[in-house]
Formats: sequence, structure tokens, C-alpha cells
Amino acid sequence: MTSFLMGSTTASEIAAQLTRLRHQVGAPAVGMVLTVVVVCDESHQYDAVRAVSEASREHPSRILAVVPREREEATRLDAEIRVGELTTGEVVLLRLYGELTEHADSVLAPLLLTDIPVVVWWPGEAPEAPGKDPVGVYGQRRVTDARSAPDGVAAIKSRIHGYTPGDTDLAWTRITPWRSLLAAAFDQPVGKVLDGYVEAEAGHPSAHLLAVWLSGKLDAPIRVTESKGPGLTAVRLRVQDGEVAVERHDSRTATLKRPGQPDRQVALARRPTADLLAEELRRLDPDEVYEETIRGVAAGFDGS
Amino acid sequence: MNDSEQPGVAPENGPARSADPAGGPSADVLARAAQEAARVQEPAAPADDTVTAAQSAATASTTVEVAEANPLRDPRDKRLPRVAGPCVLVIFGVTGDLARRKLLPAIYDLGNRGLLPPGFSLVGFARRDWAAQDFAKITHDAVKEHARTPFREEVWKQICEGLHFVPGAFDDDGAFDALAMVLKEIDETRGTGGNYAFYTSTPPKFFPVIIEQLKRTGLHKPPPGAWRRIVIEKPFGHDLKSAQELNAVVDSAFKPDSVFRIDHYLGKETVQNILALRFANTLWEPIWNRGYVDHVQITMAEDIGVGGRAGYYDGIGAARDVIQNHLLQLMALVAMEDPTAFGAAALRREKEKVLEAVTLPENLDLATAIGQYTAGWQGGVPVKGFVEEEGIPPDSRTETYAAVKLEIANRRWAGVPFYLRTGKRLARRMTEVAVVFQRAPHLPFSKTDTEILGQNALVIRIQPDEGITVRFGSKVPGTAMEVRDVNMDFAYGEAFLESSPEAYERLLLDVLIGDPPLFPHQREVELQWMILDPIEEFWAQSGRRPEGYPAGTGGPASADEMMARDGRVWRRL
Repeated sequence: MTSFLMGSTTASEIAAQLTRLRHQVGAPAVGMVLTVVVVCDESHQYDAVRAVSEASREHPSRILAVVPREREEATRLDAEIRVGELTTGEVVLLRLYGELTEHADSVLAPLLLTDIPVVVWWPGEAPEAPGKDPVGVYGQRRVTDARSAPDGVAAIKSRIHGYTPGDTDLAWTRITPWRSLLAAAFDQPVGKVLDGYVEAEAGHPSAHLLAVWLSGKLDAPIRVTESKGPGLTAVRLRVQDGEVAVERHDSRTATLKRPGQPDRQVALARRPTADLLAEELRRLDPDEVYEETIRGVAAGFDGS
Repeated sequence: MNDSEQPGVAPENGPARSADPAGGPSADVLARAAQEAARVQEPAAPADDTVTAAQSAATASTTVEVAEANPLRDPRDKRLPRVAGPCVLVIFGVTGDLARRKLLPAIYDLGNRGLLPPGFSLVGFARRDWAAQDFAKITHDAVKEHARTPFREEVWKQICEGLHFVPGAFDDDGAFDALAMVLKEIDETRGTGGNYAFYTSTPPKFFPVIIEQLKRTGLHKPPPGAWRRIVIEKPFGHDLKSAQELNAVVDSAFKPDSVFRIDHYLGKETVQNILALRFANTLWEPIWNRGYVDHVQITMAEDIGVGGRAGYYDGIGAARDVIQNHLLQLMALVAMEDPTAFGAAALRREKEKVLEAVTLPENLDLATAIGQYTAGWQGGVPVKGFVEEEGIPPDSRTETYAAVKLEIANRRWAGVPFYLRTGKRLARRMTEVAVVFQRAPHLPFSKTDTEILGQNALVIRIQPDEGITVRFGSKVPGTAMEVRDVNMDFAYGEAFLESSPEAYERLLLDVLIGDPPLFPHQREVELQWMILDPIEEFWAQSGRRPEGYPAGTGGPASADEMMARDGRVWRRL
């Protein structure tokens, strides 16, 4: 990996340096399919950039990490460019000081790749209305993460107020394997679901999303109850002749139970952030099912 | 045990064609597309309705229709993958190379991507004195060595739970009775609901006896609400007559919709890539015709020899092995008109139309070439000639290289030749379709400026490194005006780094879901034989011997002469 530090620089110098580097390596920026903008503070930076770099193995991207620093200092832009082995594309860390912290969009605009989609990700604190945020407006897709908020459940409940089509939240991405397994269980008709509950550790925003999604689709009351975790531990749905249940205790393997059928073990591992991001980057159209679900969460359909 | 002990099993002479029409995914694709369209327009369907629909469909489990009635599925919810319903996959000939290298790893990869249903079970059937744990061990090793996705213990555990092995020969009644019993037991312990897919990973000569055994034990006939499907590998016969005979055998046990023919050279991914290139863009369609296309070259070159397939290959030859199915399918995909929908039925209609329009040149002697590799150097290694290979008689007249020129008698392609070639032990491994365009009608440059300018071409690369290359003229930088050919390259593996699923993964998933295959139906297979049979007859009657070509080269000289007569050249391998 080659890394370049550029102190007190400008966006156009960074762009020129990127072009220079590419010519040196002899590989033009072919094949890059996305620009991913990561907006985070210094403490999230390492993990976030690592996760995007891993996800960019599936989606070669230019990764722009925006790190707002001291507002009190003199206005300045420091950049760090990384090209090479760890990532398939390019990584640029942008550290903003002073007044520039308010104008990240002006630094980003010249660095976004033309003609291809932009995804903005806030691994930590996210704006209330991502679609109206000066950086967020660039994104076809805006990814937040309710779990990193101080109160994850409150965060997911308020998402609908600032929703713009194209918003999505990793708390929703995390439950895709659960939803997929439950949907598979319902591929064989089981009859009307009477009620049920989702079991998870306290303050787990994904549990609320899963409960609301289920109750919306099945037209049955689904509650959220607490367990010791980790993460989601069970979904139980009461049907006429018994219970359809998925239980997971070790965050790797789950047991699927259906009335009149033997219990079955299925792989249901918790996924690393890079996998979640890769899933997010796979489709860039608005996720309407997510919108419906956060609308439901805000309305408190889950009875909690 | 005998048949009568199995409830719900048909007597062995039961007419298979009269099987319950609701049992399989036989609904018209168009109707389904219309249903889907209606669903999209009406997203807020009350959940009550969907639940009732699910209940009413309770008689037919895990077909596409039922999956659509699932209240948790929503066409807008693109995150949820299509997962197969509970079922058992039975692989005949599971000890074979194909099963170890491709099928077993593909099953693991499906599991790893969360696409296998809970309770999925795999039954291996082969003539080995194995216990269940031996089979588990072999599967484990095969997965570790060949799987595309990383090995994860929890996924392996899930698959391992459903592994079974039945030892026996295909003509052994007892073994098939045991198989029927194992399947019944799996239904009870794993909740697979009588849904079985049979995969015949065996030489074609065993198909009839396997199907006979399935009929005898009644395994071919699904109880109400379940399905039975069969996968057969190419070759589908060795001429029209044998293809029809094979089909009659398969047809006597399985409905056409339950038969999945796989040509593993031509994965679904490739087919869909070609369809996307042709029909999702406006760029190519205006020039995709005789007005602009000079000719089309379709090549499948292999660098390997016959190796372990000698027994099968001798007497079959390159044309039957590759041109009949693989190259003619590629030709159909490249030349067909746009289908009315992307369902299997609409696609098949267009492919059949264009295959029906294929005509042979009048003088087959001048429009075909055959060759046989002789000893030589292939990629830095000395290799044997064809007749020196083990299992090949020294006087074998089987061709290992074949090239044919075909035409398509329709408005789009009249007068545009399609050159198809394939061979073993050629310079390198490569499969591609090259659409070569006519020269510009007028060049406003001096002759010396464009001396080395060739013809524009669009190349669909299929193997290795799937992608698209466009060749066009460009000015060489500098003060002199010189125009030269350059390549513009697009590789799927570069834009989408997630390696696309193996052909087998896609196929197995389609089989388990019951998705109508994009793979050839019997009608296409027959049409393709109708194209090749006269050529094979001509070669046999004319007594033409395949011309020798040294291993590691581009093929026999007669193939180059065939092109030269038309004023064209093959693309370099």
C-alpha cells in the first residue's frame, strides 16, 4: 500500500495527486463503480474505513472519509491518500479544521467520481434528515446506523421524520438473514399467525424493525421482549396448531421449529460491518419496505 | 420391502404423463408475469388476502406459485433472496469427478449464501461400499478444496446433518428400494415433504436404467402437493434419433417442466449477460444486422486433450461434443430477435425461430473443416497426439477440431456467415463470440494512414475472464496521421468483484426452486441435431479424414483455407 500525506491542501490538489498516482501505477480508474463517502469522527474512522475497504472488494470504490476536527483551529484541510493492496480502489481521508468543518461538501464535490453513484455512510452520529444534509444530498443512498446512537430504539423511531427515499439503516440490514429465514419458513403455508414476539437484548433497534415488519406482513400483533442477547435471540409466532420459531443462542446457529415437523439447525451468523455494507451497496434504489417499516416503528405498532 | 408398502406410490406401469398438473410449476410464465405486474401496482394488498391465498395454495408446496403467496415475500423487498423450499437432492454417480469438483461445492456455496432451505438433505448414490461418514468425509474434502466461498463450520454443520449415502449399482433393485426407504425416512425426520430432485451425474448410457428404476420404485411420481424433478447433463444423444429416444425415456417418467437439461458450459449467468448486453442497450441494436455486420465468429478453444474422457469422446468428436449444443446455443442467443419477455418460454420461442432459420452452405466440403491433434508442444509442455492417447484406437477418425460455416435465412442476417469452430489442444483456452463489422464504406484518409486498420469488432468473451471487448480504430499519438486498431475492455470481474455464482450454483438453485430453466428444451436439442446431422453424414460419406494439426497451434490448415476462400481470417486464438 502506498500512502501520501498532504497537509494544508485543497480538493483540486488531491484530485491531481490521485490522477498522478494512477498514471504511475499504470492502472486508470477503470472498474470503479461507486464513490463511498464516510462521515465520521476520528474514533470511528479506523473501523469504518476498514469496513468500507473490505466491502469495496465486491464493489470497487473511491472511498472518501470526511473527519471533522477542531472547530476552533485555523481553517485547514489535511488529506491522506491510500492506494494499493488493502483496497481495490482509492481511499482518501479528509480532515477538516476550523470553519471548513461546516463546508465538507465543497471539498467533496470535486472528488466525487463522475457519472457513477454516490453512497454516504454515517457510522456514528447521523444528521436528523440525511437527505437534506449538505453531504447527504450527494448520495443516491444514505446509510445510517441506529445502533451507534446513544438510544438506538429512539433513533430508529425518529428516522421516519427525516426520511427521504434512498435512506437506509444498518439496523435494518442486520436482520436480512432473519427475514430471509422466516420467509423461507413461510414458503410452506403454516396458516394464520395469531400473535408472537421477537426476543432480543435490551435497546436493540433491529428487534423493533423485525417485529414491525412481521406484524405488518402477517397482520398480527408482534411484541418485542428482552433477553440476555447477544443481539436477536428468538422469534416466536403462534399459529393455530402450534408455534413457528427461530431460536439463536450462540449468534452462529439457529434452530427452526415448525408445528408437526422436526427441529432443524440452520446457519444464522451475525455479520461483520463489511458484509452489511456490501449488502447496502448491492442495490441503490430506494428501499420501500424499509420505509414502511420505520413508519410502523414510529407509530409504535410493536406495542412496546 | 416392495412397492406396495409405499403409500401414495403409483404402480410401475402408471402413465407418467397423466400426473397431476397442479403438482409442478407448470403455470404459464406470461400469466405469472402479469400477476407480478399487478402485484407491483397494488403494493398495499391487505395481509389477510395474502394469508388466505397461502392457505388455499396449501396443497401445492414449495412451487414458485406458493412462494408468491407467502405473506412475508414482497416483490419490492429485494434484499430477500429466493430460497428453495424443503427438499432432497439425490445425486447418482456422486463419486464422479463432476460431483466432487462442482456439485458438492456448489451445494455448500448455496448453503453459505443462505439459499438452502432448512432441512435440505443430500443423498449420494454410487457403487461404493461407503458408510455415511465416508460420504461426509468426501463431501467435506470436496467442499474445502473446491468451494467458491470461505469455509464456515456452522454452514457445514447444517449441510452435514442432511447427508446420506446409498450404496449400490444402477441395475440393483435392492439399492433403489433402499433409496426409496431412505427418502421416506428423510421426509419424516427432516420435513422435506416428498420433494425430490434427481441429478444424474453419470454417463448417458445409464439414464434409461436409472429412470426405469425410478419408475419401478415410484419415485418419479410426486404425491399430491409435492414435486419430483430430474437433471440430465449433456450430451443429449449423439444424433437426432438418439436424442428423441433419450427424450422418450425421460418423458415416460417426468413432465417436460420437471426435466432440467444442463449445458454447464453455458451458465445462466452468461446467457443473462448476453441478453442484457443485447436488449438492455440501445447502442448495438441499430447495427446488429446484415447492414453493418460482416460476419460472426463463435469459438470454443480448449487447451486440454481428451484425457479421461477418451472412452466417451472417441466416435463422438468435437462437433457433436461442442458445436451441437454449446456453440449453436450461443449462436441462437446472439442472432435471435428480442423475446417478448425474459421468461423461459418467450426466450425459447425466439431461439427456436432462429435455429429453424439456420441453413447449411451448399457445398459442405468447402464450408467445413475437421482436424485431429498430433503430438506437439502445448504451452511449454510436450503432449501426445490424439491417437496416442490412452483408450483411443490408432486408426481413430474422430475429429478433435471442427469448423463449420452456417447462414441464417432471415431478414436480419441474410448473407452474413456465422463461423463456428471448436477444438482440443489448441493454443489456449478461450470461448468467445466475435461480431465483426464491415469496413467503413469510405475512408477520408490516405491509404497509408489506415493501412493497418482492421475491421471493428464487438467481442463477447465468455471464458476465461468474462467480459466485452470493443475493437475500433484510433489515431496513434504524434504528428503523423496513423490509425490503428485499439481495444476497449470491460470485464465483469473488474466492475463487479463478487465473483458471479458458478453455473452449477445457479442451476441447482433453479432446480430446487422450480424456476423454468433457461437451458435448452427438447425442441431446441432436436433442432440443433437437425443442423448438425447432415454435416456429420457428409463427413462420414465423403470419407474425409481429419487433418492433423500439431497440439498447441490454432487448428488445421484447412480451417484457415476455408476462411481464406471467403476473404476472411480467424481471430487469433
